[in-house]
This record gives sequence, C-alpha cells and structure tokens, in this order.
Amino acid sequence: MGAHLVIERPGLFSTLQDAGRFGYQRFGISASGAMDPFALALANALVGNPRGMAAVELTMLGLSATVEGGPLRLALAGADMALTIDGRPAEGWRAYALQPGARIEIGPARAGMRAYLAIAGGFAVPPTLGSLSTHSRSGIGGLEGRALRAGDRLALNGAPAGPLLALPPSHRPAARGPFRVLLGPQDDHFTPEGVATFLSSDYRVSDKADRMGAQLDGPQIAHRDGFNIVSDGIVNGAIQVPGHGRPVVLLADRQTTGGYPKIATVIGPDLWRLGQARPGDVLRLSAVTAEEAEAASRAHEAELAALIAAMVEEAGPAGLSSERLLSHNLVGGVCSALDTDHA
Amino acid sequence: MPDAADAPAAPRLLDAGEAGLVVEFGDAIDEALNRRVIALADALEARALEGVRELVPTYRSLLVMFDPLVLAKARLREEIAALWATGEDRAGEDAPRGVWHVPVLYGGVHGVDLDAVARLHGLTTDEVIALHAGATYRVYMIGFAPGFAYLGGLPEAIHTSRRSDPRLKTPPRSISIGGRQAAVAPPLEIPSGWHLLGQTPVRSYDPARTARPFLFTAGDALRFVPVSPAEYEALCRAVEAGEAVAERKEA
Repeated sequence: MGAHLVIERPGLFSTLQDAGRFGYQRFGISASGAMDPFALALANALVGNPRGMAAVELTMLGLSATVEGGPLRLALAGADMALTIDGRPAEGWRAYALQPGARIEIGPARAGMRAYLAIAGGFAVPPTLGSLSTHSRSGIGGLEGRALRAGDRLALNGAPAGPLLALPPSHRPAARGPFRVLLGPQDDHFTPEGVATFLSSDYRVSDKADRMGAQLDGPQIAHRDGFNIVSDGIVNGAIQVPGHGRPVVLLADRQTTGGYPKIATVIGPDLWRLGQARPGDVLRLSAVTAEEAEAASRAHEAELAALIAAMVEEAGPAGLSSERLLSHNLVGGVCSALDTDHA
Repeated sequence: MPDAADAPAAPRLLDAGEAGLVVEFGDAIDEALNRRVIALADALEARALEGVRELVPTYRSLLVMFDPLVLAKARLREEIAALWATGEDRAGEDAPRGVWHVPVLYGGVHGVDLDAVARLHGLTTDEVIALHAGATYRVYMIGFAPGFAYLGGLPEAIHTSRRSDPRLKTPPRSISIGGRQAAVAPPLEIPSGWHLLGQTPVRSYDPARTARPFLFTAGDALRFVPVSPAEYEALCRAVEAGEAVAERKEA
C-alpha cells in the first residue's frame, strides 16, 4: 500500500481543492476550486507539482495528521499558520520530506484565512467531472463531496524524490491597496450616486463570508430601478447588490446563475486576496479599465512565474538553520506572509 | 419583442471582469431571445476559439468565460460581431432537437402542492395535471443547482406566484412551477419557493452516469408524462439499475 495521510484533527473546514471544475457551469455546476489560487500554485510549485493540482485547503484552523505507508514531500503556503513536524517547529513556504510515522500539526491562522497543504504527486482521489475540488453544497468532489473528518485516510499518488524548495520571505505574496474592479455587467442598474458610493466607501467583510461569497457591510448602494433582473450567468468575483443595498462578492462556490444586478467584478489577479480576507477586514474598491485589467492579468501571471523562479533549494542542516532564523523574523512580525492591508 | 424573421437589434456586450463577456440580447424571459442566446452559444462553440473556457447560456444572455492571456477581449468582441454580421449566430435557431418525455407521479407526498394549486385556480387536480402534462416546454437554461432545468411554456391557466415562504429543503427530483415557469429538479434536496406538483424518477444530473451526467441542455424541448405509483416505483428501480428512463422522441 502506498503512502497515506491520516487525518487526526480535521480543522474547521478542510477540503480538497484544485484550480476548479470548469466546463459545467452551463449545467448548474459551480466551479469551486481554491479560494486563493495564488497560494495553491505556490504550494504546488514548492513540491514540484503542476500549479493547479489539488491540495488541502485549510480554513482558519489547521489540522493534525500522520504519514503512513511511505515517505512524502509536503509544503504549506497561504495564510500564516504555525507548522510543527514531530513536535519541532517548521514553517510555511518551504518543502519538507517526511518519513512514515511522522506527524504534522498545523495551528490556527495568525494572518490571512486559508492555507494550502500540497503533497508531491498529489492525492489519489478519483476526480468528479474532471476535478478534485470539493463543492460541499452539492456534495461533489473531494472526499465524498465533504470536508475532511478525523480518521479520513487520504491516499497519495507518490512522487519521485525531488528538491526541497523554499520561497524566500522577501518574495512571499503581500496584498496592498484597494481591490481592483471592472464595472459591469449591470452597473447601469444603479444610480450614479450608488456607483460613486461603491467606489469611495470603506467596506467591512461581514460574518456572512464563506466559499460561496462575502457580504460587505458599509454604505448602501442605490439601485436605479428595483433589484430584480432576469437571471444570468455569474463569474468568480462578481459583486451583486440585493435589495438590502450591500455588496456581496460571489466566489468559488457561487451559484451558477442569479437574479440580482451585478455592479462590478473583482479582477482575477485580486481574487486571491478575497480568499485571505477575514470577517472584520476593511477594504476599498477601485475601478480599472478593461485594458488595465488585462494588463494586471499579465502582470499577475509574470509575478507568479517570478516567484516560482525565485524558489531556492534547501540543502542539508545549514540551509535549515538559516531558515530557522528567518522563521524567527516571521514570528516577530517583520514580514507577515499574507498581510491583507486593504486600505 | 424581437422576431427572428426580422433583423433583430444587435446584442449588447458587457464586461464581467477581465475574463468574462456577457452577450445580452434583452432583459426578458422570452423564447425568441432565448433562441438567439442558444444559437450564438452553438455558433461560438463551432468556432472553437482558443482561450474560450466555457459558455453559460441563460434566459436572455450568453456569458462567455475566457483566458485573457490567450484570447484578448477585443478579439472576442470582433468574433462575436462577425458571427452577428453574417447571421451565423442565428443559423441554428430552428434546428430540431427532439422532445424529452419525462415521467411524473403527480400529487400526494410526491407533489404536496398539487391540491393547493388546483384550489387556487378553481380547477380539479386532474385538470392541473392535464394542463401541466399537455404542454411542450422549452429548457431556457440550466442553473441554480446541478442539472436544475428552468422551463418556459407553462399554460397560463396555472401560472402561480411563488410561495411567500420558500422551503429550505424539497424532495429530490421534484417537478415544480413558479410564476410563469416550470422546472425539473436534480436528485438533490434543494431549497425552493416553487410549488411542488410531482416527482420524477429521472435524474437530470447524475455524476455516476459518466457518459451523460447531465440529461438536458438549454434549448431542448420537453413534455411530462403522468405515471401511476406502480409505474413510478418500477421506473425508480430501473434508474437504480442504471437504465435511462427519460426518452427523447422525434418532435
């Protein structure tokens, strides 16, 4: 029998997520996929996986698990969560090789919301409609369409030995500035004052925030002519405004179609930051042009490639000790991996 | 109301982020609009543009999702305009697709709102069933939940405003009506404010049915066929055994 990861403590809401389930939205299937695809890609790159391969998405709380049946390489990236391996402090953004019997323990998020536990070679779980992503509402994907539970045994594909890569702290993704949005498709359903309010106010991520979407609390946005439209398709990051006038950003597990007007869409390169936003975080929204959004998309892709290129191999105890020093810096708050500074 | 025979107005192209474009033909629930949506989806699919990720046809608009690193939005706009100019986006409008025949067990625990709907309209339950099963419907779109089919063509005599208190759970495979529309629900206990008339053995969605996980596609035609409790049970067993029990017949 090959290597397994056996879950002891499952965390708050830990699910398998890959880049998403595409091609079936026209049949009512939500795309789902990683809420922070940037961190997923980096976690995968650290263990030599394709960037969209499925990893365990951890929400707010980490998990504990043991390795059985064979060795593995893993990496944790995204929200800043304390990691220990056999009781010894380890850290995110770097790969570790573990032997059977090893035990990992991941603590609560100190900054950010979601972290990704990637394992070299990925999980030996059969895909549903071409994807391992879990959509718990419809019970699709992942492990029986649900979040992980204590006692779950996650079978692994296994991978040949590979380098133990690390992403230097200076290169870890940090979010700055307002969330960029492209107005539309139904911005004309709002008064000019409503659009101005939307673009000039502080909004706070409410408690109504999960994988489906996040309601933002703040000044109400005035509709021009009622708040019902004939249902149409919804993209990741679409911001709909129901009758209560507060914006709701629709995310990975969103319904495929909906009947509220959508004032704008958070652009793809900024979506990962929503995956890391916590209830209570204050953010601003800033409109960009279609050309600026396309340019941002190219820049984001280039940044991801640059970060992957900047990963360095950790060789032996010397590398480990230097990494320890850096980890003390991290704990001291010099550089928070996912400081969602939205102002 | 647009008429396919005339030269209809050009659709509006609306941004849905840098990776989405909405082609909007109108803002109503209307068969002519929906035909244009689906014809454009078919034409774009046939065009097989590199970078197009998926198409989501809805009542009155088509959402095109694409990879902006592969396909520039300006180019996609041009392609859609070209399909429009040559009329290719309307070529498939009248293509016959056959008619799905969907068995339904009406009333009782299978359709708990049948009696109330009949009372509301001053009809007998048999009359409601005859009206509901006497119409040919059009699948306007699939959305909301996996395989949930929104149908147009409900006879006016049983148009029924949605319930004021939506249910958080409804029986799987429910056959329901809401406002001017009808629906076939997937084998999931979805929330719904529509009136439940019956239940079908048919699974509009079944991930285990790998060759055809989704039965219906937007643009399909569909009729309901009343069945007895004994027939319903037999059909449920057949579905359990992996047989297809919804037939698609020539129009």
